[in-house]
Amino acid sequence: MTSLISQAFQNAKSENRPALLTYTVAGDNTKKKSLEILKSISNYADICELGFPHNTPIADGGQIQTSAYRAIKNGIKINDVFSIAKDFKKSKKTKPIILMGYYNMIFQYNENKFLDKCKKVKVDGLIVVDLPYPENKKFAAKCKKRGIIFIQLVSPTTSSVRLKKIIKDSHDMVYYISMLSTTGGKLKVSPKKILERYSRIKNQNKSKNIVIGFGITEKTIKSLKKADGLVVGSAICKEISNSIKKRQNPVTNVTNIVKRLKNKIK
Amino acid sequence: MKLKKKIPLIDQHDQNGFWGGKFGGSFIPETLKKPVEDLTNEFKKLRKDKKFLKKRDFYFKNYIGTPTSFIKLNNLTNHLGGAQIWAKVVSEANGGAHKIYNATVHALICKAMGKKYIVGDTGAGYAGKMLSMAAKKFGLKCKIFMGAKDIKRQKPNCDAMRKNGAEIVPVYSGSQTLVDAVSECMRYWVSNCDNTHMCVGSTVGPNIFVKICGWSTAQISRELKDQLKSEFKKIPNKIKLINCVGGGSSAYGFWSEFIDYDRKQIELIGVEAGGPKKSKLHAAPLSRNAKIGILHGAASYLCQNNEGQINDTESISAGLDYPGVSPIHCFLKDTKRARYTHATDEDALNAHVMVTKYENLNPSLEPSHAFAEAIKIAPKLSKDTIIIVNSCGDAKKDRDILRERLGKR
Repeated sequence: MTSLISQAFQNAKSENRPALLTYTVAGDNTKKKSLEILKSISNYADICELGFPHNTPIADGGQIQTSAYRAIKNGIKINDVFSIAKDFKKSKKTKPIILMGYYNMIFQYNENKFLDKCKKVKVDGLIVVDLPYPENKKFAAKCKKRGIIFIQLVSPTTSSVRLKKIIKDSHDMVYYISMLSTTGGKLKVSPKKILERYSRIKNQNKSKNIVIGFGITEKTIKSLKKADGLVVGSAICKEISNSIKKRQNPVTNVTNIVKRLKNKIK
Repeated sequence: MKLKKKIPLIDQHDQNGFWGGKFGGSFIPETLKKPVEDLTNEFKKLRKDKKFLKKRDFYFKNYIGTPTSFIKLNNLTNHLGGAQIWAKVVSEANGGAHKIYNATVHALICKAMGKKYIVGDTGAGYAGKMLSMAAKKFGLKCKIFMGAKDIKRQKPNCDAMRKNGAEIVPVYSGSQTLVDAVSECMRYWVSNCDNTHMCVGSTVGPNIFVKICGWSTAQISRELKDQLKSEFKKIPNKIKLINCVGGGSSAYGFWSEFIDYDRKQIELIGVEAGGPKKSKLHAAPLSRNAKIGILHGAASYLCQNNEGQINDTESISAGLDYPGVSPIHCFLKDTKRARYTHATDEDALNAHVMVTKYENLNPSLEPSHAFAEAIKIAPKLSKDTIIIVNSCGDAKKDRDILRERLGKR
């Protein structure tokens, strides 16, 4: 059976555009609002990534840190994250959702329990930022057993030997980190260069869906539209922060951004 | 879980970097895999390279000023009555603390790898100060990440860093202390790992950083072993080595040569920061039964909540104010080779007052935690017991805190 994630990529391809992936933090700025945001942006996004916030996020830049701290301060717990995902999937049955976060949260919850819960609430995929290959092999296998796609990360520093192994062991989707940066950094590498590296990864195995993330904004998204998929996170989190500051409704503002992003890659 | 003899503890990990099968590892983002692997290979090569070792020994001797002295604290011993109290005065090292060993080695590695920039984290400011010194000495550009709260409370060390030409990057996220400084430093390295070397200030972080730091501070126990032999003709039969433990770099350095001894002959005692007497917060994951968790790329006992969020810590001593601890100390705890306890802020202050009253020694708040334990147990022990405290830092940096807590002195 084709996974919902693969289907989302196929749909985008049939429309001759990359898939749009969004990242928001569960519980930002409240549990209720984050679910509303998720539902609303999923009308334009092909795949929704939902972050479970950690208070020591070593690979995230300022925007996502702010969102994570805000969510934790507002009392979000890992079980709330699951209930947001569950509610979301109830109304958006075919929209894939990917949970993303740091390993300690999974470790404390208990790996098996965490994955069983993911399966139960119909989470489609998982990204664990600080569980790299090959240490993540066992975990990835556990995901596969439950029909959850474990998404491997690849970066500009990944050697070609390593790249081959990672692609070989990867599931339907692979995440390419566009540059040496935390999330939300300014795109410091030319889109041409990023796409060159992207092609090198894609050529390893054309059947894998490769998405590009980090530094993607309204300004940069168009230049990378050749990719299978593009992830926007910090730009969205920043909009939530701005909306709160301006006392505006984050749901409307964030939805507008995602709509504009989508239009840019059509 | 078992310790092996005749193999340095830093090398007793499995192929995934875990000590005792569960402590340590390298929980790092993909981007850091390559730089960590490069560093691992380089270190493997350098530690066997005679030229490099010669260079290290040269700078340890002529720049750091080893060996640091080993002295008996006669007045304190007489006052307490009981075990003999000795001190290894590591604070005599250039810069005033053991952090200079790790900083010097990292600067040498950075040079060997052809990188021009070096970054590091700091809590008490010693790791930062020493890295800034080493960077200046070896002509490297240096950035130090430091929590905004620590910048305020450890001003003398900040002044020193700036004087050495380092840039201090204040970290305002989270609790604005060491834990946030380390996170921010790692983030910086993620973004700049192509031309920048990172120094982790203690035996924490991804496996390779634990190893490099432990390898560097081990110098302390090599010296002490020689000093014990020349003082007592042989290694005495009843020794207690007491050291404060934050990340655990000075404790590992102080103990590494003695781990193979029977614990009845040489007891290893680590003293963590118990925090203020009346506070629930502390920085003592080993002695207050914290659960294992992952922080800054390594699994260790960790002050955290049920969800895996890292807890705030509190200690008068910025150098011990860290929620995690070295995986090698977790290993020493679980194999029961070392015993871990904690001292409160008040205990440490009292110990500082007593030591400075009786001795010509000025231990900073970090080793004052170790002295607190020595003062507590010495009266109950026999006169042929040798207690040795690693006085690993000088209190100059604590000037403002001591003035505030103890009045004008």
